[in-house]
Amino acid sequence: MHITAAHVITFIERVAATVKEQRDYLTQLDSAIGDSDHGVNLDRGFSTVITKLPGVADKDIGAILKTVGTTLVSTVGGASGPLYGTAFLRAGMATGDRFELGPADLIAALEAALEGIQSRGKSTRGEKTMIDSIGPGIDALKQANAADEDFLSAMRIGLAACEAGMQATIPMLATKGRASYLGERSIGHQDPGATSAFLMAKAMLEVAEGIS
Amino acid sequence: MKKLINSPDNVVKEALAGMAAAHPDLLTVSYDPDIIVRADGPVKGKVGIISGGGSGHEPMHGGFVGMGMLDAACPGAMFTSPVPDQMLAATKAVDGGKGVLHIVKNYTGDVMNFEMAAEMAAAEGIEVAAVVTNDDVAVKDSLYTAGRRGVGVTVLLEKIVGAAAQSGADLAEVKRIAEKVNAQGRSMGMALTSCTVPHAGKPSFELPDDEMEIGVGIHGEPGRRRVKLASAAEIAEMLATPIVEDLPFASGDHVLAFVNGMGGTPLIELYLMYNELNTILKAKGITISRNLVGSYITSLDMAGCSFTLLKLDDELTKLWDAPVHTPALRWGV
Repeated sequence: MHITAAHVITFIERVAATVKEQRDYLTQLDSAIGDSDHGVNLDRGFSTVITKLPGVADKDIGAILKTVGTTLVSTVGGASGPLYGTAFLRAGMATGDRFELGPADLIAALEAALEGIQSRGKSTRGEKTMIDSIGPGIDALKQANAADEDFLSAMRIGLAACEAGMQATIPMLATKGRASYLGERSIGHQDPGATSAFLMAKAMLEVAEGIS
Repeated sequence: MKKLINSPDNVVKEALAGMAAAHPDLLTVSYDPDIIVRADGPVKGKVGIISGGGSGHEPMHGGFVGMGMLDAACPGAMFTSPVPDQMLAATKAVDGGKGVLHIVKNYTGDVMNFEMAAEMAAAEGIEVAAVVTNDDVAVKDSLYTAGRRGVGVTVLLEKIVGAAAQSGADLAEVKRIAEKVNAQGRSMGMALTSCTVPHAGKPSFELPDDEMEIGVGIHGEPGRRRVKLASAAEIAEMLATPIVEDLPFASGDHVLAFVNGMGGTPLIELYLMYNELNTILKAKGITISRNLVGSYITSLDMAGCSFTLLKLDDELTKLWDAPVHTPALRWGV
């Protein structure tokens, strides 16, 4: 699979559209255990990102992803701004000035993004955060890819693990993020960050399906 | 939802415009990035003091910009941490050559955005120190969690640290005093009703008429537990006891007692609660030597209150008494 800069732009546009569509759903998840702003904040950020895309349409993938990252940092606020912003910045640093990515490059970019989120948020798996859907998703994708699975099926396997990870946040006790203030009462609710991360992964698969 | 707004998208900006129009003698507002800056700043040779946080907690923080308190405030979107661009712009705007202190409430987003801003400011050669407030005893503290929220102590800290900076203290000294205030203060809050974020359009949680939330924060998030509504005396006990036991405050202590309204509670009820708190502390041999009663750190239209106790000594008392002139707090001038 060859992922071009144009595919990356399509992916970002699809994420922006998904976030807009799911804005109220994400906010509703957040009102149960957070502060009712996750969907609104991400929508504000990605709406601004969309206005920046024409300016980087002819640039390398690293430049595109870094522009997305800095725009999210500057517009989203809350915890998701620095976290998703850092994720896109690190992915952009990993891809560098390439105009085309293969499976190994995509995996490296995703791993860099996850590392960025973990270090910025000083968090790890099992704390009821976005890491709980992203982490298992990347693991499964890598494993399937290493097992010589066709890359598109590997991405499907990764997305399934990402979704399972998202659902696994429901019985978790939150120890990071605003949900942690609820203590035991955070149990029984799906984490909004793990959910938005799954929606982004889903958008990535949809774009990949269009390539192959 | 019934609110005095034009559109949920414009609430923060239009309120900022109102502040700018109401207090041109004290502050100026600039937009994109949104910051509120002391009108006569930067004050040369003075440590700059900035704070910031989500909007919806007014008068905190913008209402505390002025002589003897904050040099700048960074208002985020509703209940959402401001972005690093705002803190960087504010840091540059208030830098009088002696460094800048960031006052950060302990919320994951606030801490990360302030950290990113401090990294950027350092890269531009401005000396920045930070203090993170975490005074809410309703939250269990642990090395492995996000830790306690910053709530009522933040208001007292901004006043006291602002006075220290105004008196000429250097950055290290200002930071020492800030950490002392945070270490000696504790808070706990409760809600009678939820609040409505304009974008959400409906209350953040449902609370039946005969129930209340104990241990709430300031973002419409539910508290630690939900219990049957009780008398003011009983509620005061539920808030005061965990605070007193946590520090702990002891017989013979002198404290600043701060009874804060959450935004939807009338002053008469706050004074009634102050009376209850005074009775409780008297019985424990704790003397209230300074007080603050009113709605200073709010959660939009939430009804309820919080108590904050700050252990006082001569140093903190003197700084609390020092002149202050801001939209929300003013004395001695």
